[in-house]
Amino acid sequence: MEKREYNVTAETGIHARPATLLVQAASKYNSDITLEYKGKSVNLKSIMGVMSLGVGKGADVSITAEGADEKEAIEGIDQTIKNEGMAE
Amino acid sequence: MTSQVSGIAASDGIAQAKAYLLIEPDLTVEKTSVTDTGAEKDRLTKAIDESKEQLGKIRSIAAEALGEEEAQVFDAHVMVLSDPDLIDQTHAVIDNDKVNADFAFKQVTDTFIAMFEGMEDNAYMQERAADIKDVRKRVLARLLNVTLPSPATIDEEVIIIAEDLTPSDTAQLNKKYVKAFVTDIGGRTSHSAIMARSLEIPAIVGTKNITELVKEDDYLIVDGMEGEVIINPSEEDISSFDKKAEEFAQLKADWDRLKDEPSLTKDGKHVELAANIGTPKDLEGVNNNGGEAIGLYRTEFLYMDSAELPSEDEQYDAYKKVLEGMGDKPVVVRTMDIGGDKELPYLELPVEMNPFLGYRAIRVSLDQDSVFRTQLRALLRASVHGTLRIMFPMIATLPEFRAAKAILEEEKAKLIEEGTEVSDSIEVGIMIEIPAAAVLADQFAKEVDFFSIGTNDLIQYTMAADRMNERVSYLYQPYNPSILRLIKGVIDAAHSEGKWAGMCGEMAGDQIAVPLLVGLGLDEFSMSATSILKIRSLLRKLDTAEMKELADKALTECTTSEEVMALVDQYVS
Repeated sequence: MEKREYNVTAETGIHARPATLLVQAASKYNSDITLEYKGKSVNLKSIMGVMSLGVGKGADVSITAEGADEKEAIEGIDQTIKNEGMAE
Repeated sequence: MTSQVSGIAASDGIAQAKAYLLIEPDLTVEKTSVTDTGAEKDRLTKAIDESKEQLGKIRSIAAEALGEEEAQVFDAHVMVLSDPDLIDQTHAVIDNDKVNADFAFKQVTDTFIAMFEGMEDNAYMQERAADIKDVRKRVLARLLNVTLPSPATIDEEVIIIAEDLTPSDTAQLNKKYVKAFVTDIGGRTSHSAIMARSLEIPAIVGTKNITELVKEDDYLIVDGMEGEVIINPSEEDISSFDKKAEEFAQLKADWDRLKDEPSLTKDGKHVELAANIGTPKDLEGVNNNGGEAIGLYRTEFLYMDSAELPSEDEQYDAYKKVLEGMGDKPVVVRTMDIGGDKELPYLELPVEMNPFLGYRAIRVSLDQDSVFRTQLRALLRASVHGTLRIMFPMIATLPEFRAAKAILEEEKAKLIEEGTEVSDSIEVGIMIEIPAAAVLADQFAKEVDFFSIGTNDLIQYTMAADRMNERVSYLYQPYNPSILRLIKGVIDAAHSEGKWAGMCGEMAGDQIAVPLLVGLGLDEFSMSATSILKIRSLLRKLDTAEMKELADKALTECTTSEEVMALVDQYVS
């Protein structure tokens, strides 16, 4: 299992474009990938799940990947987050 | 068989084409028990896959016809359809409850929709709920085996038949192929009517039941002047309408020649023909139609098209663009008219029982004056780029006007103090749309620089009849002598103080009203840009002395709207 923690810096939080990009990134991998916020976790491949968390700017979240390609998955998602300046 | 339907003529012109029914099919879902849950899951997969494929096609057509931005909404739809949670949960309902795919899908999407609608967080979540509803319709239509209209894919000439058209419907239409609109409901001021006039295509609204009478692929003739639709016309009908369409084209060509001519009556009196606009983009239409001024710039679109309050600089840019675009021709900017039927997600306005009688326009501006001050500063800064006139909406009392003007003066003084240049010849006026202000116009006239009569609201408030309510639409009577008397009072009050009076409602561009208004001495007429040339052509046939006689008679002898119409008919043929 791979896990990373982030502090959201995107103005709009994880909504709209950031949410779309994260889901697209996660969907490339076979591992189970979850996004956790305030004790609730959702499937990062589900756009509706991700948006239902209502993650705003400044929120502390964590992303977990579990499966055969968990390392690549967590790296790939990390790349997307950094490239788009969504969180640090 | 040929049949004929009539409604309210909402936009001039004649068109003929095949009908396109923009009507939603019945998507009611029945709950049935199933034993073969695997087959239901397969049906769901197939419906979702087909929907995705269809969305892909719609997307590429929409991108080409309407632009990349409009097409992106369909990407969001595909993403919802690919959501593993949505599919897994629907599968779980099918397996656990042994129900049909339609019912399970409806139930699961209902939960998601309720969740997004329930999130306090802003308009954005409401839009996502709307996306899910849109996508669900597509999948349910597949499961129920009915056809869903997809206006974005229209690629031949059609006449749109609908119950009503919403802004999102019209956003998806390829204007190149749409030859006319015909709707069940609505009036001359509804969205579909205004849209048709700006597209310069004929429209008929308020037919009550056109959606029941027209079948897919029926051939139609629409006469936007008479408000008549002919369903499956005969050869003779077609040839007689071809002739009429030719005459109309001739008429339009005659109007076009008046583009650079002054707006003069038969006896040479000049009146100002101005245009109503909503955004700087509308300037093109104003200049193409020979507008002599902007009589109403509705600034609320700046607020409604934005996810947050527009900043002072954003507003300044828009105002500057309009002022510069008009050169030295005057531009009347109305300060924000929010509330009533116009809501803003980021300005928390209370939900009210009677929004049209409630917290709106100047009432909001005076209460939340920081928003108002930002707008005034942007306007004052822009004032050096043209001839700016500022107008306050929904003024009922003089203290309201004085308070608004005092805030304007304060901001002006602050800007000058800061060293910013501000024009010192900005006229400040009010919109007359509340009967109280119309009745007290003589007192207002001593303090304001001008009046602009907003007839849509003035009529609704004078008649106590909600203009959105179909059942009382007969009370929308611009020619009623009561309304004409109010208008006369306002014009006379302005003139006796050496001020000018204009009009920026639908009535200012109306063929029956214009002769009366010329007779009453109205100085400025502000209308949809596309009406300007038609009215300029009409003006040239009107003699002011004769029109004065007509207006006097209408005010003293007529008892009803119908009598006034008949009288106008006698004077103007």
